[in-house]
Amino acid sequence: MRDNNLHLRVTPQSRLIGRRELLAASAAGVIAFAVPMRALARPALDQAISNFAGGAEVRDGRVQLEIPPLVENGNAVGVTVSVDSPMTATDHVRRIALLNEKNPQADVAVFHLGPRAGRARVATRIRLAASQVVVAIAETSDGRFWSSKASVIVTLAACIEDISKS
Amino acid sequence: MTRALVNAPQTARRGEIIEIRAMIAHPMETGYREGPNGVVIPRHIIKRFVCTYDDAEIFSAELFPAISANPFLTFSTVATVSGSIKFAWTDDRDHTETLSVQITVT
Repeated sequence: MRDNNLHLRVTPQSRLIGRRELLAASAAGVIAFAVPMRALARPALDQAISNFAGGAEVRDGRVQLEIPPLVENGNAVGVTVSVDSPMTATDHVRRIALLNEKNPQADVAVFHLGPRAGRARVATRIRLAASQVVVAIAETSDGRFWSSKASVIVTLAACIEDISKS
Repeated sequence: MTRALVNAPQTARRGEIIEIRAMIAHPMETGYREGPNGVVIPRHIIKRFVCTYDDAEIFSAELFPAISANPFLTFSTVATVSGSIKFAWTDDRDHTETLSVQITVT
């Protein structure tokens, strides 16, 4: 249990070094750093995707996921998801899910929309605990699933920033 | 105590797509962090957000710990009739914060 959170229990001094290393690591394009152990125990991203889709086929396309490719602060990353859909009573987006690869939990948010939305576009701010892939999946009213992926490099992970506040 | 903030147009033309931005002050404590004493800080998050317009649900969201503190949501709706647009945020301690704004549709 305690070992799982090694990345959280750092002294202020080692935190400074950690940040420098993070910057150096990101500059060198090295991503394998500060992945929480607990994240490895959670269901994989593929599992989360098939849970949301109920086993249905998920195709690429129709979904635009806007997220910065490089973020300094993993605590608040602006995300916008828009889906190419006329949003009529017969053809609209029912649900949009945001999922991630390496946070302790795969789910980020699920949005429920309908024809009254007028336009299939939602935005929010999310936390990212490590450099990773973020996936947006949309379910349209005909029961089909569409997705888009984006990979994000995080220089200051959400967990590290949090401990400095407490 | 108003802890929520909503940005929506006060007037709109019928059929116009309006953008609504809603934010609430909330720590969104993940339940994965440890405090200075090494004890895990209990989870405290907003888990559900619902927006109703003309007494019909137009947008809702299920939120998880990966949503940033002070959850901020942007979405849209079609202006249909004059009336109130209501917002409700429910956290995992079953506390609900509500807010309502008026819109005039011409």
